[in-house]
Amino acid sequence: MNFLDAIWLIPLFPLFGAVLMFLIGRRLDPQPERSPEALEPELAEAMGEDAGQEHGHHPRFAPTRRLISWICPGTVLVSLLFSIGAVVQLAGLAEKAHQVILYTWLAGLPFHMGDGAVGRFAADLGFLLDPLSGVMILVVTFVGFFIHVYSIGYMGHETGYYRFFGYLNLFVFFMLTLVLANNYALLFVGWEGVGLCSYLLIGFYFHRKSASDAGIKAFVVNRIGDAAFILGIFMIFALTGTVRFLDVNQALHGLSAETAGFGVLSLTALLLFVGATGKSAQIPLYVWLPDAMEGPTPVSALIHAATMVTAGVYMVARSNALYSLAPETMAVVATIGALTAIFAASIAFAQNDIKRVLAYSTVSQLGYMFLAAGVGAYWVAIFHLFTHAFFKALLFLGSGSVIHAMGGEQDMRKMGGLKDKIPTTFWTMAVASLAIAGIPGFAGFFSKDEILWQAWSSPYGSKALWAVGTVTALMTAFYMWRLMYMTFWGECRADEHTKAHIHESPPVMTVPLTVLAAGSVLAGWLGVPKAWAFLPGSFHAFEHWLEPVWVAAAHEAGQGAHEAALEWALMGLSVLLAVAGILIARYLYVQRPELPDRIAEASGPLYPALLNKWYVDEIYNFLFVDGLAKGGGRVLGRFDQAIVDGGVNGAGWMTRFASAVSGWWDTWIVDGTVRLIAFAVKMISYPVRFLQTGFVQQYAAVILAGMAVALGYYLIK
Amino acid sequence: MSEHLLSIVLFTPLAGMFVLLLLPSSNRKLIRVWANIAAFAGFLVSLPLVFRFDRSAEGFQMVEKAPWIPALGAHYYLGIDGISLLLVMLTTVTGFIAILSSWSAIDRYEKQYYAMFLLQQTGMIGVFLSLDFLLFYVFWEIVLVPMYFIIGVWGGPRKLYAAIKFFLYTLAGSVLMLLGILTLYFQHHAQYGVYTFEIDALMQTAMPLHLERWVFWAFFIGFAIKVPMFPFHTWLPDAHTEAPTAGSVILAAVLLKMGTYGFLRFSLPLLPKAAIDPWIVHVMVGLSIVAIIYGALVCLMQDDWKKLVAYSSVSHLGFCTLGIFSLTPNGLAGSVIQQINHGISTGMLFLIVGVVYERRHTRLIREYGGLAHVMPNYAFVFAFAMLSSAGLPLLNGFIGEFTILQGAFEANRVWAAFAVTGIILGASYLLWLYQRTMLGRINNPKNLKLPDLNLREWAVFAPLLVWALWIGVYPKPYFEILEKPVAQLVERVRPGYFEAQAAKAPLEAAQAMESRMEAGIR
Amino acid sequence: MLYPITTIHYVILSAALLLIGTVGFLTRRNIVIILMSIELILNAVNINLVAFSERFQAMEGQIFAIFVIAVAVAEAAVGLGILIALFRNRETVASDEIDLLKW
Repeated sequence: MNFLDAIWLIPLFPLFGAVLMFLIGRRLDPQPERSPEALEPELAEAMGEDAGQEHGHHPRFAPTRRLISWICPGTVLVSLLFSIGAVVQLAGLAEKAHQVILYTWLAGLPFHMGDGAVGRFAADLGFLLDPLSGVMILVVTFVGFFIHVYSIGYMGHETGYYRFFGYLNLFVFFMLTLVLANNYALLFVGWEGVGLCSYLLIGFYFHRKSASDAGIKAFVVNRIGDAAFILGIFMIFALTGTVRFLDVNQALHGLSAETAGFGVLSLTALLLFVGATGKSAQIPLYVWLPDAMEGPTPVSALIHAATMVTAGVYMVARSNALYSLAPETMAVVATIGALTAIFAASIAFAQNDIKRVLAYSTVSQLGYMFLAAGVGAYWVAIFHLFTHAFFKALLFLGSGSVIHAMGGEQDMRKMGGLKDKIPTTFWTMAVASLAIAGIPGFAGFFSKDEILWQAWSSPYGSKALWAVGTVTALMTAFYMWRLMYMTFWGECRADEHTKAHIHESPPVMTVPLTVLAAGSVLAGWLGVPKAWAFLPGSFHAFEHWLEPVWVAAAHEAGQGAHEAALEWALMGLSVLLAVAGILIARYLYVQRPELPDRIAEASGPLYPALLNKWYVDEIYNFLFVDGLAKGGGRVLGRFDQAIVDGGVNGAGWMTRFASAVSGWWDTWIVDGTVRLIAFAVKMISYPVRFLQTGFVQQYAAVILAGMAVALGYYLIK
Repeated sequence: MSEHLLSIVLFTPLAGMFVLLLLPSSNRKLIRVWANIAAFAGFLVSLPLVFRFDRSAEGFQMVEKAPWIPALGAHYYLGIDGISLLLVMLTTVTGFIAILSSWSAIDRYEKQYYAMFLLQQTGMIGVFLSLDFLLFYVFWEIVLVPMYFIIGVWGGPRKLYAAIKFFLYTLAGSVLMLLGILTLYFQHHAQYGVYTFEIDALMQTAMPLHLERWVFWAFFIGFAIKVPMFPFHTWLPDAHTEAPTAGSVILAAVLLKMGTYGFLRFSLPLLPKAAIDPWIVHVMVGLSIVAIIYGALVCLMQDDWKKLVAYSSVSHLGFCTLGIFSLTPNGLAGSVIQQINHGISTGMLFLIVGVVYERRHTRLIREYGGLAHVMPNYAFVFAFAMLSSAGLPLLNGFIGEFTILQGAFEANRVWAAFAVTGIILGASYLLWLYQRTMLGRINNPKNLKLPDLNLREWAVFAPLLVWALWIGVYPKPYFEILEKPVAQLVERVRPGYFEAQAAKAPLEAAQAMESRMEAGIR
Repeated sequence: MLYPITTIHYVILSAALLLIGTVGFLTRRNIVIILMSIELILNAVNINLVAFSERFQAMEGQIFAIFVIAVAVAEAAVGLGILIALFRNRETVASDEIDLLKW
């Protein structure tokens, strides 16, 4: 079977599942008349209904619900199989790129390009499989499939099961469209589409205002990035006359890098990057991601850790031809990435919500990826994206399993001592935490170490970037193991009722955990450090696999100078720091658990600032939401009523006033004259009126008499 | 028969109206059924237009011409090109949908109501088909009357205020437009010695620039009030808010398009020198961009559901006029597509308000909340309409906005940069509206027992949902239909636009672009 | 013995009818009777027209008479229609009770 020409089917399978859920989902999974959360508590009380049903007994579900559990993960599994088939066949091709174009979607009219030539504004509904999108579809379908399976268990007791899986399938469709698109416009379709699914899934518990607030925040903040992204697409159109990736690369081929200053290419690249900061939660648009944790945990794992948020990194790597020509923008990307990494890691220090720690950790890790992309090491960015997808998805799913066990509790201060009670969850999460901390042998070590090495050695890199990255590595190890120690070690701080119910999750949830744990170890061995020259070439497979994607300039930048001794030294330092981070966390949270509070007290305003996320949300709210949007709306609304509509009403009032004046004039002066004449006539005619009796016969008699008189006069004369 | 297709399309609703007048007003059901049949027939007879239309032909097709008032040189002169084809189809489809949606909403004077609606259909189709300026003007004014009564008789609490404001405001604009028409008419006579209102004859008239400017402003007042462009928009929220649901739908979907259509059919081709005049273009684009941002911001402070949708129309129509005055093929085509999109998505949004208004008789947003719990299908349709209005890719709104923005970007980068903020704000106010009405918990006992969409309401929404998806996924036919008329317009206003310049090397291209960009920013 | 009926006889009959009609029109209170009186007057005219037509051997008089009959029929129909509408509203056909047609 030719999977290469069938790649357009890969996104369609999940779409089929989603459409099926929207059409017949409610039949398969009949919903209660009204979910117990629907009512405001006071209202429920007033109506005599039991409001406290959120937990406790579960509603009885229809047996057909099982069908959903087969269909929706099944469609993703089919996509996974097709993806594997396609990637295997791609590996056999000489030219490692395969395009399938279905039809012209935006059917172009002519337009003037930047240089005045006439181009055509057109975009295909077409798909491109090359090594880069191959990696992405494998990650999306593989991780996506196991998260679907996990969700069968996690969402098993929830109402809206069909809706959840419908959204999840829709998300996979859009994500696959994003990574398989052969042009920027179609990439944008997936780009906005995953934003929509993110909105829908964050707001899945839509009876909670905080959830729908977070959904709106995610969508609108993403839209800010998208606005810039659209302009970036137009720039590419104006520059090259096309948006197909391969043709854009072709058109950019002859250009030399913009070293003289910030020019058109740099602007284009920067606009695209602003789009990426929205989607991938970088400074200054990262604020939506922590709030996005309002969604169900599998959503956080799939969308807000493994796939959607990495779309920005994918897009920058996809545009490597453009970025290689714009060194100034590369510097911006690297700097933003490094700053985001350390900034988010600092916030993660003080968070107590287990999912929020992971959210900030995700922001921080995405910063790493942009740091790698910014120094020109695109393959390393994708490599970190690849390993991160495994261990971060695993961390989220593991935290979901913990939350599941704790009956919905997310506050780590109320956990502790869980390592014996939920052993599978514990050891899988431990693997992931070691991976993210950068302990040798685990996946995170290889990718993170390669990023730090590239930051040091790449021609775009610098010692400062390396230093920031290395400090962040220490911080990462610390806050991740702070999370582990608070959750799994020490005394259990939960109340008795919760404590009695702590249980390991069912196999449908633990099997995905185990699979991902295996991935969190093995994924890294595809790209071992170059200094480990003793290993055979297949351990460097990742870099070689992606090589055809990069344009020459980008590829060279990724190579860097090579000094094995230095690399060993830096590697040793970062491992040392990782171990130190873990040990500090152990000292503070296991051996001396009273210390953190005292440090917090002694730190002055620093701790509250960390706890409140440096007050960024408050500042944004004040400036943009309440200030610019709502405030501006209120001011303009008043302006509209008072000035604009006031002008119209004023014109109406002036007309009415003028008409009142002329009405008075007309009534008393003009009409007065008329009426005076009429009055005179009336007075004169007054006596004559008495002849008018109203009796027709009298009139006739008078007529007759008149006739008689006339006749008589005639005869007499 | 076939050579009078346009007349058949034009007069089918009117014939339906005359039959309706003969029916006994006591038999309400018969009247409703007949009105629906007539409107559906109006749609059916317009379908052949799509199949007969030749996408590759230049100029007007299916032309019908007969003397009307020979003494004045006025003709009964009909014809369509791609632009009017799309707008006529929009009229017949939304007209039927609006009449179907009135089934249970209208409970008094049904006969008069439906008669007004059918009369209005003929008026609106006439506006889009007329190629004679006087005929156009007559239809333009005919449309005012039924809408005046629809708002004034079947409207909400402040219906009289709204109806009179609507009527007088738009009438004032029309009268100035008539002055412009007459100027053209006498100019043409002075040059050719013939009195005529045919627009293809009037296009031959050569006028000095200053006169063209004056005529342009006269037309502008008439069209801008209808569109409505900032700052002539304030009749719109009042009229929309007070009109019955179907009235709002037609008002938004079709009536406003008469203004933009006027710009496309008359202002640009008849006054090409004025249309390219930098000062005029800057004012037009400035007003459009202000409308986009301003309309969206004002949406954020509304507590009346219908008023919010009305202000969102101001914002969307800002995109349409921006596209027109970018004077590029993509801007113009995007503008027409966006006009169709606005008809679909804003029409749906008004129908959505109508559904709950019929059940609760209030439009205040704070009266609702948590409706998704009791009306899941309704919540789905609302979400769909909201996303289509917010310009989500694969739905219709995106195609229009994206193409318009590309056109604006081609004309001037800074315009596009300002206009693109509209899509951010658009998402904000729509999502916020959705949250306040649909999400959260139910806090009002009156909302507990609201029934979900019934079969008739599904029938009202289904065609619009399908249409929105079609434009979003496969917009190619629309671009093909629009290609020729748009090219003609651009060629008329900017001669030589399509002559390809020698392709330069990419490096030179980048440099050329850089210098142009700097010029643009300055 | 038989006298030939000459024009003068017709004129006398006509004058008599006219007189009866006029007096009836002026004196009777019932509107139905008034309408009948009008018919008498019209028929007086008709007799005159036909008589003089015969006398001068000219057809115009007879044509005109037929015309008058047609008009009279229409007039009677309209008059009775008004009368019935009037009776519905006022429940009377007495002419002296209907005097709204004054200042």
